[in-house]
Amino acid sequence: MYSEKVMDHFQHPRNVGQLPDADGIGEMGNPVCGDIMKLYIKVRDDRIQDVKFQTFGCGAAIATSSMMTELVMGKTLDEAERVTRKNVAEALDGLPPNKMHCSNLAADALHKAIEDYRTKNAPPA
Amino acid sequence: MKKIYLDHNATTPVDPRVLAAMQPYFSEVFGNPSSIHAFGREAKEALERARGRIAHLLGAREREVCFTGSGTEADNMAIKGVAHSYRNKGDHLITTQIEHHAVLASCGYLEKEGFRVTYLPVDGTGRVNPDDVRKAITDHTILITIMHANNEVGTIQPIPEIGRIAREHGVLFHTDAGQSAGKLPILVDELNVDLLSLSGHKIYAPKGVGALYIRKGTKITPLIHGGHHEHGRRAGTENLASLVGLGKAAEIAETERAEESERLTQLRDALHKKITDRIERVFLNGHPTQRIASTLNLSFAAVEGESIILSLDMEGIAVASGSACTSGSLESSHVLNAMGIIPELPPRSVRFSLGRTNTLEDIETVSEVLPPIIERLRAMSPLT
Repeated sequence: MYSEKVMDHFQHPRNVGQLPDADGIGEMGNPVCGDIMKLYIKVRDDRIQDVKFQTFGCGAAIATSSMMTELVMGKTLDEAERVTRKNVAEALDGLPPNKMHCSNLAADALHKAIEDYRTKNAPPA
Repeated sequence: MKKIYLDHNATTPVDPRVLAAMQPYFSEVFGNPSSIHAFGREAKEALERARGRIAHLLGAREREVCFTGSGTEADNMAIKGVAHSYRNKGDHLITTQIEHHAVLASCGYLEKEGFRVTYLPVDGTGRVNPDDVRKAITDHTILITIMHANNEVGTIQPIPEIGRIAREHGVLFHTDAGQSAGKLPILVDELNVDLLSLSGHKIYAPKGVGALYIRKGTKITPLIHGGHHEHGRRAGTENLASLVGLGKAAEIAETERAEESERLTQLRDALHKKITDRIERVFLNGHPTQRIASTLNLSFAAVEGESIILSLDMEGIAVASGSACTSGSLESSHVLNAMGIIPELPPRSVRFSLGRTNTLEDIETVSEVLPPIIERLRAMSPLT
Protein backbone atom coordinates (compact mmCIF):
# COMPACT_ATOMS: atom_id res chain seq x y z
CA MET A 1 0.00 0.00 0.00
CA TYR A 2 2.95 2.38 0.51
CA SER A 3 5.48 3.45 -2.15
CA GLU A 4 9.09 2.35 -1.84
CA LYS A 5 10.03 5.92 -0.93
CA VAL A 6 7.54 5.99 1.94
CA MET A 7 8.91 2.70 3.23
CA ASP A 8 12.48 3.97 2.89
CA HIS A 9 11.70 7.10 4.90
CA PHE A 10 9.77 5.04 7.44
CA GLN A 11 12.64 2.62 7.88
CA HIS A 12 15.43 5.19 7.69
CA PRO A 13 13.88 8.48 8.73
CA ARG A 14 16.06 11.55 8.14
CA ASN A 15 16.65 14.12 10.85
CA VAL A 16 15.01 12.32 13.76
CA GLY A 17 15.47 13.74 17.22
CA GLN A 18 15.40 16.99 19.15
CA LEU A 19 17.33 20.26 18.89
CA PRO A 20 18.11 21.32 22.46
CA ASP A 21 18.84 24.89 21.32
CA ALA A 22 15.99 25.17 18.81
CA ASP A 23 14.88 28.64 17.73
CA GLY A 24 11.37 27.48 16.95
CA ILE A 25 9.30 24.46 17.98
CA GLY A 26 6.02 23.37 16.40
CA GLU A 27 3.93 20.65 18.01
CA MET A 28 0.81 19.42 16.26
CA GLY A 29 -1.77 16.76 16.93
CA ASN A 30 -3.66 15.42 13.98
CA PRO A 31 -7.37 15.89 14.68
CA VAL A 32 -8.23 13.15 12.17
CA CYS A 33 -6.27 10.27 13.65
CA GLY A 34 -4.57 11.46 16.85
CA ASP A 35 -1.01 11.30 15.50
CA ILE A 36 1.41 13.75 17.10
CA MET A 37 4.45 15.50 15.60
CA LYS A 38 7.02 17.82 17.11
CA LEU A 39 9.30 19.79 14.79
CA TYR A 40 12.40 21.74 15.88
CA ILE A 41 14.14 24.39 13.74
CA LYS A 42 17.45 26.19 14.11
CA VAL A 43 17.42 29.45 12.15
CA ARG A 44 20.45 31.47 11.00
CA ASP A 45 20.12 34.54 8.72
CA ASP A 46 16.45 33.75 8.09
CA ARG A 47 17.42 30.30 6.82
CA ILE A 48 16.65 26.88 8.31
CA GLN A 49 20.09 25.77 9.31
CA ASP A 50 18.97 22.59 11.02
CA VAL A 51 15.69 20.76 11.51
CA LYS A 52 14.70 17.72 13.51
CA PHE A 53 11.44 15.90 14.24
CA GLN A 54 9.76 13.44 16.57
CA THR A 55 6.57 11.69 15.48
CA PHE A 56 4.07 9.39 17.11
CA GLY A 57 2.12 7.99 14.22
CA CYS A 58 1.65 5.55 11.40
CA GLY A 59 4.13 4.80 8.62
CA ALA A 60 2.81 7.67 6.50
CA ALA A 61 3.10 10.13 9.39
CA ILE A 62 6.72 9.18 10.03
CA ALA A 63 7.64 9.23 6.32
CA THR A 64 5.98 12.61 5.67
CA SER A 65 7.73 14.06 8.74
CA SER A 66 11.07 12.80 7.48
CA MET A 67 10.50 14.05 3.92
CA MET A 68 9.39 17.46 5.18
CA THR A 69 12.67 17.93 7.04
CA GLU A 70 14.59 17.07 3.86
CA LEU A 71 12.56 19.51 1.76
CA VAL A 72 13.01 22.51 4.09
CA MET A 73 16.61 21.98 5.23
CA GLY A 74 18.67 25.01 4.15
CA LYS A 75 15.67 26.93 2.80
CA THR A 76 14.76 30.48 3.80
CA LEU A 77 11.73 30.71 6.09
CA ASP A 78 9.65 32.18 3.24
CA GLU A 79 10.66 29.35 0.92
CA ALA A 80 9.99 26.75 3.62
CA GLU A 81 6.54 28.18 4.27
CA ARG A 82 5.65 27.63 0.65
CA VAL A 83 6.30 23.87 0.90
CA THR A 84 2.85 22.31 0.83
CA ARG A 85 1.54 18.95 1.92
CA LYS A 86 1.14 18.20 -1.77
CA ASN A 87 4.88 18.75 -2.32
CA VAL A 88 5.62 16.32 0.50
CA ALA A 89 3.26 13.67 -0.82
CA GLU A 90 4.66 14.03 -4.35
CA ALA A 91 8.23 13.78 -3.12
CA LEU A 92 7.26 10.44 -1.54
CA ASP A 93 5.79 9.20 -4.86
CA GLY A 94 2.30 9.60 -3.46
CA LEU A 95 0.36 8.40 -0.43
CA PRO A 96 -2.66 6.09 -0.25
CA PRO A 97 -5.86 8.22 -0.42
CA ASN A 98 -6.81 7.42 3.19
CA LYS A 99 -3.36 8.56 4.34
CA MET A 100 -3.31 11.94 2.59
CA HIS A 101 -4.36 13.61 5.85
CA CYS A 102 -1.04 12.51 7.37
CA SER A 103 0.81 15.05 5.23
CA ASN A 104 -1.15 17.85 6.94
CA LEU A 105 0.61 17.02 10.15
CA ALA A 106 4.11 17.77 8.84
CA ALA A 107 3.00 20.96 7.04
CA ASP A 108 1.11 22.22 10.09
CA ALA A 109 3.98 21.46 12.49
CA LEU A 110 6.42 23.29 10.22
CA HIS A 111 4.19 26.38 10.02
CA LYS A 112 3.83 26.34 13.76
CA ALA A 113 7.61 26.10 14.29
CA ILE A 114 8.20 29.05 11.94
CA GLU A 115 5.46 31.04 13.68
CA ASP A 116 7.04 30.20 17.04
CA TYR A 117 10.42 31.45 15.79
CA ARG A 118 8.90 34.68 14.43
CA THR A 119 6.97 35.38 17.63
CA LYS A 120 10.11 34.90 19.71
CA ASN A 121 12.19 37.03 17.36
CA ALA A 122 9.65 39.77 16.59
CA PRO A 123 11.23 43.23 16.54
CA PRO A 124 10.22 45.15 19.67
CA ALA A 125 7.08 47.22 19.05
CA MET B 1 13.37 -15.47 5.96
CA LYS B 2 10.79 -17.66 7.67
CA LYS B 3 7.39 -16.03 7.65
CA ILE B 4 5.36 -16.04 10.85
CA TYR B 5 1.61 -15.55 10.72
CA LEU B 6 0.08 -14.12 13.90
CA ASP B 7 -3.17 -12.81 12.45
CA HIS B 8 -5.48 -15.82 12.80
CA ASN B 9 -8.34 -13.65 14.07
CA ALA B 10 -8.37 -11.99 10.63
CA THR B 11 -8.35 -15.23 8.70
CA THR B 12 -6.91 -18.73 8.84
CA PRO B 13 -5.35 -20.93 6.18
CA VAL B 14 -7.52 -23.75 4.87
CA ASP B 15 -6.57 -26.86 6.86
CA PRO B 16 -5.06 -29.53 4.54
CA ARG B 17 -7.68 -32.02 5.81
CA VAL B 18 -10.41 -29.54 4.87
CA LEU B 19 -8.92 -29.03 1.44
CA ALA B 20 -8.71 -32.79 0.89
CA ALA B 21 -12.37 -33.17 1.88
CA MET B 22 -13.36 -30.44 -0.58
CA GLN B 23 -11.36 -31.73 -3.53
CA PRO B 24 -13.98 -34.10 -5.04
CA TYR B 25 -16.68 -31.43 -4.98
CA PHE B 26 -15.41 -29.25 -7.78
CA SER B 27 -15.28 -31.53 -10.82
CA GLU B 28 -16.34 -35.02 -9.74
CA VAL B 29 -19.34 -34.38 -7.52
CA PHE B 30 -20.49 -31.14 -9.04
CA GLY B 31 -24.28 -31.50 -9.22
CA ASN B 32 -26.70 -28.82 -8.16
CA PRO B 33 -28.03 -29.91 -4.78
CA SER B 34 -31.51 -28.83 -5.91
CA SER B 35 -31.52 -31.20 -8.92
CA ILE B 36 -33.46 -34.43 -8.55
CA HIS B 37 -31.15 -36.63 -10.65
CA ALA B 38 -28.24 -38.69 -9.29
CA PHE B 39 -25.71 -35.87 -9.74
CA GLY B 40 -27.91 -33.55 -7.74
CA ARG B 41 -28.74 -36.14 -5.09
CA GLU B 42 -25.08 -36.88 -4.47
CA ALA B 43 -24.37 -33.17 -4.06
CA LYS B 44 -27.37 -32.78 -1.77
CA GLU B 45 -26.18 -35.63 0.43
CA ALA B 46 -22.75 -33.99 0.81
CA LEU B 47 -24.39 -30.66 1.60
CA GLU B 48 -26.61 -32.20 4.26
CA ARG B 49 -23.69 -34.07 5.80
CA ALA B 50 -21.92 -30.72 6.15
CA ARG B 51 -25.04 -29.25 7.71
CA GLY B 52 -25.16 -32.15 10.12
CA ARG B 53 -21.61 -31.43 11.26
CA ILE B 54 -22.41 -27.77 11.92
CA ALA B 55 -25.57 -28.81 13.76
CA HIS B 56 -23.51 -31.19 15.88
CA LEU B 57 -20.99 -28.46 16.72
CA LEU B 58 -23.89 -26.29 17.88
CA GLY B 59 -25.96 -28.99 19.54
CA ALA B 60 -28.75 -27.98 17.19
CA ARG B 61 -31.12 -29.59 14.70
CA GLU B 62 -29.98 -29.73 11.10
CA ARG B 63 -33.00 -27.79 9.95
CA GLU B 64 -31.95 -24.92 12.23
CA VAL B 65 -28.69 -24.39 10.33
CA CYS B 66 -28.83 -21.99 7.39
CA PHE B 67 -25.75 -21.66 5.19
CA THR B 68 -24.68 -18.16 4.15
CA GLY B 69 -21.94 -16.55 2.08
CA SER B 70 -20.04 -15.18 5.10
CA GLY B 71 -20.17 -14.45 8.81
CA THR B 72 -21.08 -10.89 7.89
CA GLU B 73 -24.06 -12.12 5.89
CA ALA B 74 -25.16 -14.31 8.81
CA ASP B 75 -25.06 -11.26 11.12
CA ASN B 76 -26.98 -9.14 8.62
CA MET B 77 -29.54 -11.88 8.13
CA ALA B 78 -30.08 -12.39 11.85
CA ILE B 79 -30.43 -8.71 12.71
CA LYS B 80 -32.33 -7.37 9.72
CA GLY B 81 -34.28 -10.62 9.33
CA VAL B 82 -35.58 -10.50 12.91
CA ALA B 83 -36.21 -6.75 12.83
CA HIS B 84 -38.25 -7.00 9.66
CA SER B 85 -40.19 -10.07 10.84
CA TYR B 86 -41.01 -8.72 14.30
CA ARG B 87 -41.58 -5.08 13.38
CA ASN B 88 -45.23 -5.35 14.50
CA LYS B 89 -44.09 -6.47 17.94
CA GLY B 90 -41.56 -3.71 18.58
CA ASP B 91 -38.92 -1.41 17.20
CA HIS B 92 -36.08 -1.66 19.72
CA LEU B 93 -32.78 -3.57 19.57
CA ILE B 94 -30.00 -3.88 22.14
CA THR B 95 -26.36 -4.39 21.27
CA THR B 96 -22.95 -3.24 22.55
CA GLN B 97 -20.43 -0.60 21.53
CA ILE B 98 -17.77 -3.22 20.74
CA GLU B 99 -19.51 -5.40 18.15
CA HIS B 100 -18.03 -6.27 14.80
CA HIS B 101 -18.93 -3.79 12.06
CA ALA B 102 -21.20 -6.43 10.49
CA VAL B 103 -23.45 -5.99 13.54
CA LEU B 104 -22.93 -2.27 14.13
CA ALA B 105 -23.58 -1.35 10.49
CA SER B 106 -26.68 -3.58 10.35
CA CYS B 107 -28.02 -1.83 13.45
CA GLY B 108 -27.14 1.56 11.95
CA TYR B 109 -29.04 0.65 8.80
CA LEU B 110 -32.10 -0.30 10.85
CA GLU B 111 -31.91 3.02 12.72
CA LYS B 112 -32.27 4.77 9.37
CA GLU B 113 -35.43 2.70 8.84
CA GLY B 114 -36.82 4.01 12.14
CA PHE B 115 -35.74 1.27 14.56
CA ARG B 116 -34.18 2.34 17.87
CA VAL B 117 -30.92 0.76 19.04
CA THR B 118 -29.29 0.80 22.49
CA TYR B 119 -25.49 0.45 22.35
CA LEU B 120 -24.44 -0.83 25.78
CA PRO B 121 -21.06 0.19 27.23
CA VAL B 122 -18.40 -2.29 28.41
CA ASP B 123 -16.02 -2.19 31.35
CA GLY B 124 -12.25 -1.72 31.12
CA THR B 125 -11.76 -5.39 30.25
CA GLY B 126 -14.36 -5.27 27.49
CA ARG B 127 -17.15 -7.09 29.37
CA VAL B 128 -20.82 -6.16 29.21
CA ASN B 129 -22.70 -6.12 32.50
CA PRO B 130 -25.76 -8.41 32.22
CA ASP B 131 -27.62 -6.01 34.55
CA ASP B 132 -27.20 -3.29 31.92
CA VAL B 133 -28.85 -5.62 29.41
CA ARG B 134 -31.75 -6.24 31.80
CA LYS B 135 -32.23 -2.51 32.40
CA ALA B 136 -32.16 -1.71 28.69
CA ILE B 137 -35.04 -4.09 27.85
CA THR B 138 -38.37 -2.36 27.21
CA ASP B 139 -41.79 -3.57 26.03
CA HIS B 140 -40.65 -2.69 22.53
CA THR B 141 -37.40 -4.71 22.52
CA ILE B 142 -37.41 -7.43 19.86
CA LEU B 143 -33.75 -8.46 19.65
CA ILE B 144 -30.57 -8.47 21.72
CA THR B 145 -27.37 -9.05 19.73
CA ILE B 146 -24.09 -9.40 21.62
CA MET B 147 -20.91 -11.04 20.36
CA HIS B 148 -19.57 -14.17 22.07
CA ALA B 149 -15.88 -13.17 21.94
CA ASN B 150 -14.46 -9.89 20.73
CA ASN B 151 -12.28 -10.04 17.63
CA GLU B 152 -9.89 -7.27 18.68
CA VAL B 153 -9.20 -7.99 22.34
CA GLY B 154 -10.64 -11.49 22.72
CA THR B 155 -12.83 -10.79 25.75
CA ILE B 156 -15.57 -13.38 26.27
CA GLN B 157 -19.06 -12.07 27.09
CA PRO B 158 -21.34 -13.68 29.71
CA ILE B 159 -23.59 -15.03 26.95
CA PRO B 160 -25.44 -17.75 28.95
CA GLU B 161 -26.46 -15.19 31.58
CA ILE B 162 -27.56 -12.60 29.02
CA GLY B 163 -29.46 -15.37 27.25
CA ARG B 164 -31.37 -16.19 30.44
CA ILE B 165 -32.31 -12.54 30.84
CA ALA B 166 -33.45 -12.35 27.21
CA ARG B 167 -35.58 -15.47 27.65
CA GLU B 168 -37.16 -14.20 30.90
CA HIS B 169 -38.32 -11.15 28.98
CA GLY B 170 -39.35 -13.03 25.84
CA VAL B 171 -36.76 -11.23 23.69
CA LEU B 172 -34.87 -13.00 20.92
CA PHE B 173 -31.10 -13.27 21.44
CA HIS B 174 -28.43 -13.41 18.73
CA THR B 175 -24.70 -13.90 19.22
CA ASP B 176 -21.92 -13.45 16.70
CA ALA B 177 -19.70 -16.46 17.35
CA GLY B 178 -17.29 -15.65 14.52
CA GLN B 179 -14.32 -15.53 16.89
CA SER B 180 -15.43 -18.15 19.40
CA ALA B 181 -16.35 -21.00 17.03
CA GLY B 182 -13.61 -23.58 17.21
CA LYS B 183 -12.14 -21.90 20.31
CA LEU B 184 -14.96 -22.20 22.87
CA PRO B 185 -17.90 -24.57 23.21
CA ILE B 186 -20.79 -23.04 21.26
CA LEU B 187 -23.71 -25.27 22.21
CA VAL B 188 -26.77 -23.13 21.60
CA ASP B 189 -28.73 -24.56 24.52
CA GLU B 190 -25.89 -23.79 26.91
CA LEU B 191 -25.46 -20.29 25.51
CA ASN B 192 -29.26 -19.72 25.61
CA VAL B 193 -29.25 -18.16 22.16
CA ASP B 194 -31.92 -18.11 19.46
CA LEU B 195 -29.57 -17.11 16.67
CA LEU B 196 -25.82 -17.62 16.23
CA SER B 197 -23.51 -16.58 13.38
CA LEU B 198 -20.27 -18.23 12.41
CA SER B 199 -17.74 -17.79 9.65
CA GLY B 200 -15.86 -20.45 7.69
CA HIS B 201 -12.51 -18.76 7.17
CA LYS B 202 -11.96 -18.19 10.89
CA ILE B 203 -12.02 -21.96 11.51
CA TYR B 204 -9.68 -23.16 8.74
CA ALA B 205 -12.43 -23.52 6.12
CA PRO B 206 -12.39 -21.39 2.96
CA LYS B 207 -13.53 -17.78 2.69
CA GLY B 208 -16.99 -17.16 1.28
CA VAL B 209 -19.02 -19.45 3.54
CA GLY B 210 -20.69 -19.00 6.89
CA ALA B 211 -23.74 -20.22 8.75
CA LEU B 212 -26.59 -18.86 10.80
CA TYR B 213 -28.24 -20.96 13.48
CA ILE B 214 -31.94 -20.09 13.66
CA ARG B 215 -33.83 -21.64 16.57
CA LYS B 216 -36.99 -23.45 15.50
CA GLY B 217 -39.93 -21.06 15.57
CA THR B 218 -37.85 -17.92 14.99
CA LYS B 219 -39.07 -15.97 11.99
CA ILE B 220 -36.49 -14.47 9.65
CA THR B 221 -37.23 -12.29 6.64
CA PRO B 222 -34.70 -13.36 3.96
CA LEU B 223 -32.07 -10.94 2.69
CA ILE B 224 -31.72 -12.73 -0.63
CA HIS B 225 -34.78 -13.75 -2.63
CA GLY B 226 -34.87 -16.33 -5.37
CA GLY B 227 -35.22 -20.11 -5.33
CA HIS B 228 -36.22 -22.32 -2.43
CA HIS B 229 -32.70 -23.02 -1.19
CA GLU B 230 -32.06 -23.30 2.54
CA HIS B 231 -35.79 -23.81 3.19
CA GLY B 232 -36.57 -20.51 1.49
CA ARG B 233 -34.39 -18.56 3.92
CA ARG B 234 -31.43 -17.84 1.65
CA ALA B 235 -31.70 -18.16 -2.11
CA GLY B 236 -28.78 -19.06 -4.37
CA THR B 237 -27.19 -22.37 -5.37
CA GLU B 238 -25.12 -23.54 -2.44
CA ASN B 239 -21.33 -23.17 -2.54
CA LEU B 240 -20.99 -26.93 -2.33
CA ALA B 241 -17.24 -27.52 -2.14
CA SER B 242 -16.67 -24.75 0.38
CA LEU B 243 -19.61 -25.87 2.51
CA VAL B 244 -18.23 -29.42 2.53
CA GLY B 245 -15.04 -27.73 3.73
CA LEU B 246 -16.98 -25.88 6.42
CA GLY B 247 -18.47 -29.18 7.60
CA LYS B 248 -15.04 -30.81 7.80
CA ALA B 249 -13.62 -27.74 9.59
CA ALA B 250 -16.44 -27.93 12.15
CA GLU B 251 -15.71 -31.60 12.75
CA ILE B 252 -11.99 -30.91 13.30
CA ALA B 253 -12.77 -27.91 15.50
CA GLU B 254 -15.02 -30.02 17.68
CA THR B 255 -12.53 -32.87 18.05
CA GLU B 256 -9.43 -30.76 18.62
CA ARG B 257 -10.79 -27.66 20.32
CA ALA B 258 -9.99 -28.47 23.94
CA GLU B 259 -6.42 -29.58 23.29
CA GLU B 260 -5.68 -26.80 20.79
CA SER B 261 -7.09 -24.11 23.11
CA GLU B 262 -4.80 -25.35 25.86
CA ARG B 263 -1.79 -25.28 23.52
CA LEU B 264 -2.61 -21.78 22.25
CA THR B 265 -3.20 -20.43 25.75
CA GLN B 266 0.29 -21.59 26.73
CA LEU B 267 1.88 -20.10 23.60
CA ARG B 268 -0.02 -16.85 24.01
CA ASP B 269 0.90 -16.46 27.65
CA ALA B 270 4.51 -17.31 26.87
CA LEU B 271 4.53 -14.58 24.22
CA HIS B 272 2.97 -12.12 26.66
CA LYS B 273 5.54 -12.93 29.33
CA LYS B 274 8.53 -12.74 27.00
CA ILE B 275 7.37 -9.38 25.66
CA THR B 276 6.74 -7.84 29.08
CA ASP B 277 10.06 -9.27 30.36
CA ARG B 278 11.95 -7.54 27.57
CA ILE B 279 9.94 -4.35 27.00
CA GLU B 280 8.80 -1.82 29.57
CA ARG B 281 5.40 -0.17 29.72
CA VAL B 282 3.37 -2.73 27.83
CA PHE B 283 -0.35 -2.90 28.61
CA LEU B 284 -2.72 -5.79 28.02
CA ASN B 285 -6.06 -4.90 26.43
CA GLY B 286 -8.89 -7.29 27.18
CA HIS B 287 -9.87 -9.53 30.05
CA PRO B 288 -6.94 -11.18 31.84
CA THR B 289 -8.65 -14.58 32.00
CA GLN B 290 -12.05 -14.42 30.27
CA ARG B 291 -10.35 -14.23 26.88
CA ILE B 292 -10.15 -16.56 23.88
CA ALA B 293 -6.89 -18.49 23.65
CA SER B 294 -5.86 -16.99 20.32
CA THR B 295 -5.74 -13.35 21.30
CA LEU B 296 -3.09 -11.08 22.77
CA ASN B 297 -3.81 -7.38 22.30
CA LEU B 298 -1.09 -5.07 23.63
CA SER B 299 -0.47 -1.34 23.78
CA PHE B 300 3.11 -0.11 23.84
CA ALA B 301 3.40 3.28 25.55
CA ALA B 302 4.37 6.13 23.19
CA VAL B 303 4.26 3.97 20.06
CA GLU B 304 1.58 3.82 17.40
CA GLY B 305 0.23 0.48 16.17
CA GLU B 306 0.70 0.67 12.40
CA SER B 307 4.35 1.60 12.73
CA ILE B 308 4.88 -1.60 14.73
CA ILE B 309 2.95 -3.67 12.19
CA LEU B 310 5.01 -2.30 9.28
CA SER B 311 8.24 -2.93 11.14
CA LEU B 312 7.28 -6.52 12.00
CA ASP B 313 6.08 -7.07 8.43
CA MET B 314 9.57 -6.20 7.18
CA GLU B 315 10.83 -9.02 9.41
CA GLY B 316 8.27 -11.44 7.94
CA ILE B 317 5.92 -11.32 10.93
CA ALA B 318 2.23 -10.64 10.32
CA VAL B 319 0.21 -9.00 13.11
CA ALA B 320 -2.72 -6.59 13.11
CA SER B 321 -3.84 -3.34 14.62
CA GLY B 322 -7.42 -3.62 15.76
CA SER B 323 -9.50 -5.60 13.28
CA ALA B 324 -8.44 -6.20 9.70
CA CYS B 325 -11.68 -4.56 8.56
CA THR B 326 -10.73 -1.21 10.10
CA SER B 327 -6.96 -1.18 9.73
CA GLY B 328 -7.38 0.41 6.29
CA SER B 329 -9.42 3.22 7.82
CA LEU B 330 -8.47 6.16 9.95
CA GLU B 331 -10.54 5.73 13.05
CA SER B 332 -8.96 4.51 16.20
CA SER B 333 -10.43 1.25 17.45
CA HIS B 334 -14.07 1.57 18.56
CA VAL B 335 -13.41 -1.35 20.89
CA LEU B 336 -10.49 0.27 22.74
CA ASN B 337 -12.40 3.56 22.84
CA ALA B 338 -15.37 1.85 24.47
CA MET B 339 -13.04 0.18 26.99
CA GLY B 340 -11.49 3.55 27.83
CA ILE B 341 -7.97 2.20 27.43
CA ILE B 342 -5.12 4.39 28.75
CA PRO B 343 -7.09 7.62 28.44
CA GLU B 344 -3.99 9.83 28.42
CA LEU B 345 -2.77 8.20 25.22
CA PRO B 346 -4.39 7.86 21.81
CA PRO B 347 -5.80 4.32 21.82
CA ARG B 348 -3.39 2.28 19.73
CA SER B 349 -2.63 -1.36 19.95
CA VAL B 350 -1.21 -4.42 18.27
CA ARG B 351 -3.11 -7.67 18.08
CA PHE B 352 -1.19 -10.93 18.02
CA SER B 353 -3.61 -13.73 17.15
CA LEU B 354 -2.35 -17.27 17.29
CA GLY B 355 -3.52 -20.41 15.57
CA ARG B 356 -2.67 -23.86 14.28
CA THR B 357 0.32 -22.61 12.27
CA ASN B 358 2.20 -21.33 15.32
CA THR B 359 4.93 -22.99 17.36
CA LEU B 360 7.00 -22.05 20.39
CA GLU B 361 9.82 -21.20 17.96
CA ASP B 362 7.60 -18.51 16.39
CA ILE B 363 7.02 -17.03 19.82
CA GLU B 364 10.77 -16.95 20.50
CA THR B 365 11.45 -15.21 17.20
CA VAL B 366 8.77 -12.56 17.73
CA SER B 367 9.92 -11.80 21.24
CA GLU B 368 13.47 -11.31 19.96
CA VAL B 369 12.54 -9.17 16.97
CA LEU B 370 10.09 -6.89 18.79
CA PRO B 371 12.21 -5.13 21.47
CA PRO B 372 14.56 -3.28 19.05
CA ILE B 373 11.54 -2.22 16.97
CA ILE B 374 9.81 -0.69 19.98
CA GLU B 375 13.07 0.92 21.07
CA ARG B 376 13.58 2.52 17.65
CA LEU B 377 10.01 3.81 17.46
CA ARG B 378 10.10 5.13 21.02
CA ALA B 379 13.28 7.02 20.25
CA MET B 380 11.39 8.67 17.39
CA SER B 381 8.30 9.52 19.46
CA PRO B 382 7.56 12.94 21.00
CA LEU B 383 5.62 11.12 23.73
CA THR B 384 7.28 9.63 26.75
